Amino acid sequence: MTTPPLLTLAGVHTHIAGYHILHGVDLAVPAGQVTMLLGRNGAGKTTTLRTVMGLWAASAGSVTFDGTRIDATFGTPDIARLGIAYVPENMGVFADLTVSENMLLAARGARTFDRLDTARLEWLFGLFPALKKFWLYPAGKLSGGQKQMLAIARAMVEPRRLLLIDEPSKGLAPAIVQNLVEALRELKRTETTVLLVEQNFQVAKALGDHVAVMDDGRVVHRGPMREMADDEALQQRLLGLSLAAHS
Amino acid sequence: MSEAVSEVVSEPAIATASASSGDATATHAIPRTRFDALPLLLVAVLALAAWPLVGSSSTWLTLTAAGLAMGMIVFIAASGLTLVFGLMDVLNFGHSLFIALGAYVTASVFAALATWTSMPSIALNLGAIGVAVLASMALAGAVGLGFERVIVRPVYGQHLKQILVTLGGAIVGEELIKAVWGPQQIALPPPEALRGSVLIGEVVVDKLRLVSVAIGVVVLVALVWTLNRTKIGLLIRAGVQDREMVESLGYRIRRLFVGVFAAGSALAGLGGSLWGMNQQIVVPQIGAQVNVLIFIVIIMGGLGSTVGCLVGALLVGLMTNYVGFLAPKLTMFSSIGLMVAVLLWRPRGLYPVTSR
Repeated sequence: MTTPPLLTLAGVHTHIAGYHILHGVDLAVPAGQVTMLLGRNGAGKTTTLRTVMGLWAASAGSVTFDGTRIDATFGTPDIARLGIAYVPENMGVFADLTVSENMLLAARGARTFDRLDTARLEWLFGLFPALKKFWLYPAGKLSGGQKQMLAIARAMVEPRRLLLIDEPSKGLAPAIVQNLVEALRELKRTETTVLLVEQNFQVAKALGDHVAVMDDGRVVHRGPMREMADDEALQQRLLGLSLAAHS
Repeated sequence: MSEAVSEVVSEPAIATASASSGDATATHAIPRTRFDALPLLLVAVLALAAWPLVGSSSTWLTLTAAGLAMGMIVFIAASGLTLVFGLMDVLNFGHSLFIALGAYVTASVFAALATWTSMPSIALNLGAIGVAVLASMALAGAVGLGFERVIVRPVYGQHLKQILVTLGGAIVGEELIKAVWGPQQIALPPPEALRGSVLIGEVVVDKLRLVSVAIGVVVLVALVWTLNRTKIGLLIRAGVQDREMVESLGYRIRRLFVGVFAAGSALAGLGGSLWGMNQQIVVPQIGAQVNVLIFIVIIMGGLGSTVGCLVGALLVGLMTNYVGFLAPKLTMFSSIGLMVAVLLWRPRGLYPVTSR
């Protein structure tokens, strides 16, 4: 790959409650592109994102963001303030707050609603019209798809340098997934760097520039998404092999 | 009742958001969360139910006024624990320590400003109360900071340990108070111009309680405004729901919670100051005495709800005064019985905010 990496993980190990989950993850996320992180359940994809965010500490190795080591002394809020947004698997929507309040919280630069960037808000409403309709609605009352849209829009309410998104299509109806893919494509056009965990290969194929496949706490394949999308044997070997090995 | 956004005052806050979204018309079809007036009606029902039992209208009016005033003082003391227990989920039995500190600091300030309190000047008397209240809040808030750091921080998320260590902290604090101020009770007479009562029609209202009600209204407005109209309030409400996510958005939640704990402690100091003035006597157990009422009030009001805390406090204040007049031996039982009845009606309290 020619684009320099914005985020680099080198030999990252993570332990959670005594369990060794990541066994030396090596990963480079090129700036301005979408990198898909694939792999079976339990391969370590979510742990990788959470380790980058500092929610779980790396026990060895290094995480470097734009030339700065962030794994040792940076807490989660510091990492977020570097311009990294995180959309967790459970979406992390504040159910008792309204959609508008969720968005205001994510906009660190805005203390009040009238300080929100209205042009950017309109852009987000264009991507996710439901958010405009339910702007004053408690987020807990939204459907699963709408909550996912809110979670992603929240991560985009201000320009961010890197988006970490964990399985956005999980549990959503195909039509909703298609809407989501369209919105993420639009985001991709803004050349935001994205590291996206996904189980759905069709979604990965539609969005990814690069792909990394994880298995058993390691990255076992890295390369252009197009190369993998065109090579069914490679898909079979990496994703099929992975499933067979742990069935 | 709608489960989400049940805090009444979030309505105007979100209405502001609508105007700034640039398209208010898009929101007209959205069902709005209506203010739930039933708990407030309960206050009126309780008052009206007591009328025939008390008999004399003037006595009933006097008891009602006294009950509402007592409710406001309990609300002030409880509002701190609403933040700490209701929102931060810290079972702080050490809250009584900050109440006692407030009462003792007030006694000391009144003693130091005896020339102000002994003059029949409302301005000087209110000035002394102002100094006492601010000093109480400052000391209780500062001690609260240390209490959070040393006692509470190691047990965040562990209720049983919280009960044990905060209760232990309260006992140690009470002993320290005895060491500083002595174990004997201290008289805390009201300032000269605020002694006695005023007659409003047929109703006898204690002057000092009027001051307490005014301060209570200020606290209520400030709390409701902060929690519902400011970003700090938004952060507190969000932090209660998902602490990790708030940190992932770039906010240092630990620092925020320390601030909330100190603010809760300062409010307890304010409540203790007013409670001491109204009791006119200060004893080392003064905090523990009012602590039971406070827990009743915040559980009944709904954890984390400022308005629920107010309504719960008013109910307890009225009930205590009516039962205290009709059957004094049943006073404490009546408050607990009221809480049981309310929880049977609404198991999560009158205005639940958190999902606990």
